[in-house]
Amino acid sequence: MDIFAQQLINGLVLGSIYALVALGYTMVYGILGLINFAHGDITMIGALVALTILQGLAAAGLPAPVLLVIAGGGAMIVCAALGLSIERVAYRPLRRAPRLAPLITAIGVSILLQYSAALVWGKQYIALPKLLEPSAIDIAGAQLTTLQLAIFLLACAIMAALLWFIKTSRMGRAMRATEQNPDVAGLMGVNTNSVIAFTFVLGSAIGAIAGLMIILYYGIGHYFMGFMLGLKAFTAAVLGGIGNVGGAVLGGLLLGVIESLASGYIGDLSGGVLGSNYRDIFAFLVLVLVLVLRPSGLLGQQNGDRA
Amino acid sequence: MNIAALFNDRHYRWFAWGAVVLVLLALPFITEAVLGRSWVRIIAVSLLFVMLALGLNIVVGFAGLLDLGYIAFFAVGAYSYALLASPQFAVHWPFLLLLPLGAAIAAVFGILLGAPTLRLRGDYLAIVTLGFGEIIRVFLNNLNRPVNITNGPQGITLIDPLQMGGFSLAQTHSFAGLTFSPVHNYYFVFLVCAALTIALSLRLQNSRIGRAWVAIRDDELAASAMGINTRNVKLLAFAMGATFGGVAGGLFASFQGFISPESFQLIDSIMVLCMVVLGGMGNVAGVALGAVLLTALPEALRYIGPLQQRWFGGVLVDPADLRMLLFGLALVLMMLLRPEGLWPVRRRQAGKGNADAG
Repeated sequence: MDIFAQQLINGLVLGSIYALVALGYTMVYGILGLINFAHGDITMIGALVALTILQGLAAAGLPAPVLLVIAGGGAMIVCAALGLSIERVAYRPLRRAPRLAPLITAIGVSILLQYSAALVWGKQYIALPKLLEPSAIDIAGAQLTTLQLAIFLLACAIMAALLWFIKTSRMGRAMRATEQNPDVAGLMGVNTNSVIAFTFVLGSAIGAIAGLMIILYYGIGHYFMGFMLGLKAFTAAVLGGIGNVGGAVLGGLLLGVIESLASGYIGDLSGGVLGSNYRDIFAFLVLVLVLVLRPSGLLGQQNGDRA
Repeated sequence: MNIAALFNDRHYRWFAWGAVVLVLLALPFITEAVLGRSWVRIIAVSLLFVMLALGLNIVVGFAGLLDLGYIAFFAVGAYSYALLASPQFAVHWPFLLLLPLGAAIAAVFGILLGAPTLRLRGDYLAIVTLGFGEIIRVFLNNLNRPVNITNGPQGITLIDPLQMGGFSLAQTHSFAGLTFSPVHNYYFVFLVCAALTIALSLRLQNSRIGRAWVAIRDDELAASAMGINTRNVKLLAFAMGATFGGVAGGLFASFQGFISPESFQLIDSIMVLCMVVLGGMGNVAGVALGAVLLTALPEALRYIGPLQQRWFGGVLVDPADLRMLLFGLALVLMMLLRPEGLWPVRRRQAGKGNADAG
């Protein structure tokens, strides 16, 4: 029982990070119909920027929360600028092009970001300086560290704020209008270009926070870390129904839990034949199953044309 | 008279094609004399990539199905050959049996991938195929326990070369005053295979099936209204593309003598896709050109290391990283400036309509 509770907790925490990254995918896909392949790498850049700031300020003697706010803020600014310029330079000229073109561009941008990061930070794993002494809380025989709790709560707060923002604010309404029909939204006086740019900025900034959480959680950063993270987040977005913001949250949490439980139990279930090194497969299996059985995802509208 | 006209001219075309064949036959010897043996190896590998790129071209270029996991078929072909012609299981089957077998196994995998993804289009298909490629790689990496099948990350060594009777391509032979080292031998084998692949691609392109593929790419709904069985034709595209990949994989395994999951990563799938895109999706000659260019040009970047040493007094950018950077940049610029590729396919005006490949 305690293994189950432990895996559930780990899954929910990891899933909340997936969900944050998935938001970036789903918002861009909802508006542009583009899989922004580079989003995972933007998250990676955010993580490494935050890591660098933390390393640089580790000796300054500031209290840990202040440090984290500075690191998170720095990462958000860098990522927002990055997202904005990528949209402007690489994606905007291709908005009316055949669908294959922006996708291949996105792959190119992803490679560019990865190897630019390799140039700046090198290819080795970078360790996080020791900042926090997380204490653990005991729940139903499982351990929940304060770090996990903080990550989970912050992620939930961000997601709630985003949902509220999209539902109530003027910009949120413009985003929804653009998503439904960019041309008509334009006729109604929505500046669709700035709405799309804003979506990229928002998604990238949220991705930066997710990046900070990832390095706090795992304690290391790497130039290639965005790849798997991006794929899993994309899977989460598809699972929840791509284009649907609430769906991304649900899909992220669900995927995290599925992955944790599956990799926790696969050894026992298969009699030791398969080990937890198959962990990365589950995300893909979920992806294939969802796309085959219910391409619109859990919360998406039934729309035969999308898949 | 320009060069293209020379190949079409009734009197001169035999002469022109003869010249091309002569150049291709002499190429490894000239290259060895001028650039050294490592470059002979590079052009041999580039021929292998011509086969791979043309296989992917069937799926992406003809049928318009974006496949980001194509290298998985290459891996399947390579591992089928390696497992049955190496000390791993202590079996040494002849290549004449193994190459068709590898092709067949790859085709089965192609159908396995194609069947559940038939309803998907464009970017969704891309992600699923990517996942498929990764799943294959994860299995290759981990199938060394509890029963050792693939030998895990260490890969398989001592794979048999192509050999028949006592004649092995891994030995140096002398013939008519020329020395044929193993690289030369393989160059000629690959040359024949690549030429066959090109011929097959061209024949396919103008066949009933080829036209059905293009019809599906341009408008699937209209194609099915015209009586094309889209399900079977799409599956055939996957299977046919996978077959090419499987054969190339078997040749690769015999040529290298060693394979490991490292050789079959996502970046390799993307590399092959780039060859297709760079050359001009759907144009056989363009794709072949793209494959040769993208294999040879990055190799030339190796000279950048020493140059940096001389100019800046140190290696600032690792050439391998620089290669990837340029590669990403090329993809982006290509899509922005010349999305149809270096050598675009000439389409009939009537069929222009919807050029959307997604």
